[in-house]
Amino acid sequence: MLKFTFRGVRGSIASPGPETVIYGGNTTCIEVRAGSELIILDAGTGIFPLSQTLAPEFPLTCHIFISHTHWDHIQGLPFFIPMFVAGNRVKIYGGQDPVTGKGVQEALSRQLEYAFFPIREAELSAELEYISLSENQVVNIGDAQVTSVLMNHPAINYGYKVSCGGRSLFFTGDHEWPYNIYEPDDDDYQLFEDHIAQKRKSIIDAVAGVDVLIIDTAYTDDEYPAKKGWGHGSFSSSIAMARDAGVKHCFFTHHEPTRGDKGLEKAFQAAMDKHPSQPGDPKFHLARESFTFEL
Amino acid sequence: MVDEMPAFPGSVNKILQMTSSIDCAPKDLVQVIEHDPVMMAKILKLVNSAYFGLSREITSIKHGVVFVGLNTIKNLAISIATMGMLSKTGPAGLDMNRFLLHSLGTATVAKLLGKRLGVASDRATDYFVGGLLHDIGKVVFAQFMPQEMARALKRVEVEKVSLPIAEMIEIGADHAQLGGMLVEKWQLPHTLVTCIKEHHSQEQNGNTNKVLDCVVAANIMIKQMGFGCAGNLVEDRLPGHVSARFGMELAELRESMGNLDEELEKANAFICI
Ligand SMILES: [Zn+2]
Ligand SMILES: [Zn+2]
Repeated sequence: MLKFTFRGVRGSIASPGPETVIYGGNTTCIEVRAGSELIILDAGTGIFPLSQTLAPEFPLTCHIFISHTHWDHIQGLPFFIPMFVAGNRVKIYGGQDPVTGKGVQEALSRQLEYAFFPIREAELSAELEYISLSENQVVNIGDAQVTSVLMNHPAINYGYKVSCGGRSLFFTGDHEWPYNIYEPDDDDYQLFEDHIAQKRKSIIDAVAGVDVLIIDTAYTDDEYPAKKGWGHGSFSSSIAMARDAGVKHCFFTHHEPTRGDKGLEKAFQAAMDKHPSQPGDPKFHLARESFTFEL
Repeated sequence: MVDEMPAFPGSVNKILQMTSSIDCAPKDLVQVIEHDPVMMAKILKLVNSAYFGLSREITSIKHGVVFVGLNTIKNLAISIATMGMLSKTGPAGLDMNRFLLHSLGTATVAKLLGKRLGVASDRATDYFVGGLLHDIGKVVFAQFMPQEMARALKRVEVEKVSLPIAEMIEIGADHAQLGGMLVEKWQLPHTLVTCIKEHHSQEQNGNTNKVLDCVVAANIMIKQMGFGCAGNLVEDRLPGHVSARFGMELAELRESMGNLDEELEKANAFICI
């Protein structure tokens, strides 16, 4: 059994308010149930509403996979209630910072410093464990496997493939396809193109054939040129990836915080009109908070 | 200890200056890193390390930019730049400007030689990187064993022995061995390791390595032209297997390369700040 529930679908900053009541205002968090295991993808503010539902499962063991440590993917972590209750086990996985050499525990312990939070890391009652991941690492959790895939973002960002019982999903975290930093008439343009093609192939190969792709789709095609290099995808780039990887369902997420429900649906419709359905196409959806999908 | 080794002054200044603006052009940044042996070696070390655990060898900075991301490479460069810079002439007495010129010259000519052997453009970078890093062991000696290295350099001047021999006498290892050992430990691409380790070998040692042969030839040619200097004053001849590779001896090979001024001027532009 593999199913998931979106707990936060916003990018960058939480954006509650009358304009976002349908799709939700919390930042990235996905609750995944794989057999009897609880796997949580990212710890944006959406992890707080999730954590409020977990008391009946105490004492619980859960596995939190952090795509990267930008705020919108970790900010809910100090409010993850199971950490405060003895008997629970919380395992946190993520990449290492290659610049400082620090592991994923920094994401939590720095947020729990005196100036930022009243409770210290040492005072958390649950059993905490941190696991640093590298590229293409497979973590076995019960009947499920989680595999890390290095994506492209202005930080080390792992996408995660979760497989269980013959079903699978892939969550990109934040991702923008690398683009050529050279001009077409520069000597190194073609060389760089070749590297890009190689990188794209390595990601597509890792994602190929999953049932569900959950993908960073922050921008419309019109918005993208002004945001190039910020590390996020667009509707067109997401549709292309979903098609290339041959997925069955594709959920667009990491919605722009300024895009209200109406705007989001308009942007979605425009993208669907721009890319008319082809035979074998995935089903495209907008990620919506509290929405559950069973694979 | 090598982790604390700073980079060359010119690139340190350029990196700090360029990255203080949000509009810093990625290709300019990449170019600066590609012209500094220390930056290059350290960044290749990191992207090939277990931090990433990439299944493929990352052989160049451009390759690294695509596989681990531009911002990560940029911040690695900044963290190296903020460690300070190599002094122009340290206590070892190795002139770092002339050393860099020698490294860049060798890199430039090695790449040209590679192209001449019909190497595809996507592999030509390996030749440049091989040339740039072949003498990295000397920087390490100069930085961490300055007295011994100073004595070795003196011996070269006075006794007219080759630098590797002088290093063996004073230090007990030569820069090719040391550099090769380091980059091997750093898990840098295999071809590059061979290039550094074997660039003074007179025999083939079972290596049929095109990159190595081009670096060997480029190194000798650049020395003969007096372009920069990395402490070794003895003029070598092309080892037999290298001249066999090109089908000619050193003088003829140099002649056939035509005028190198324009190419080498690009290297020159990277020095002096
Ligand atoms: Zn984000
Ligand atoms: Zn981010």
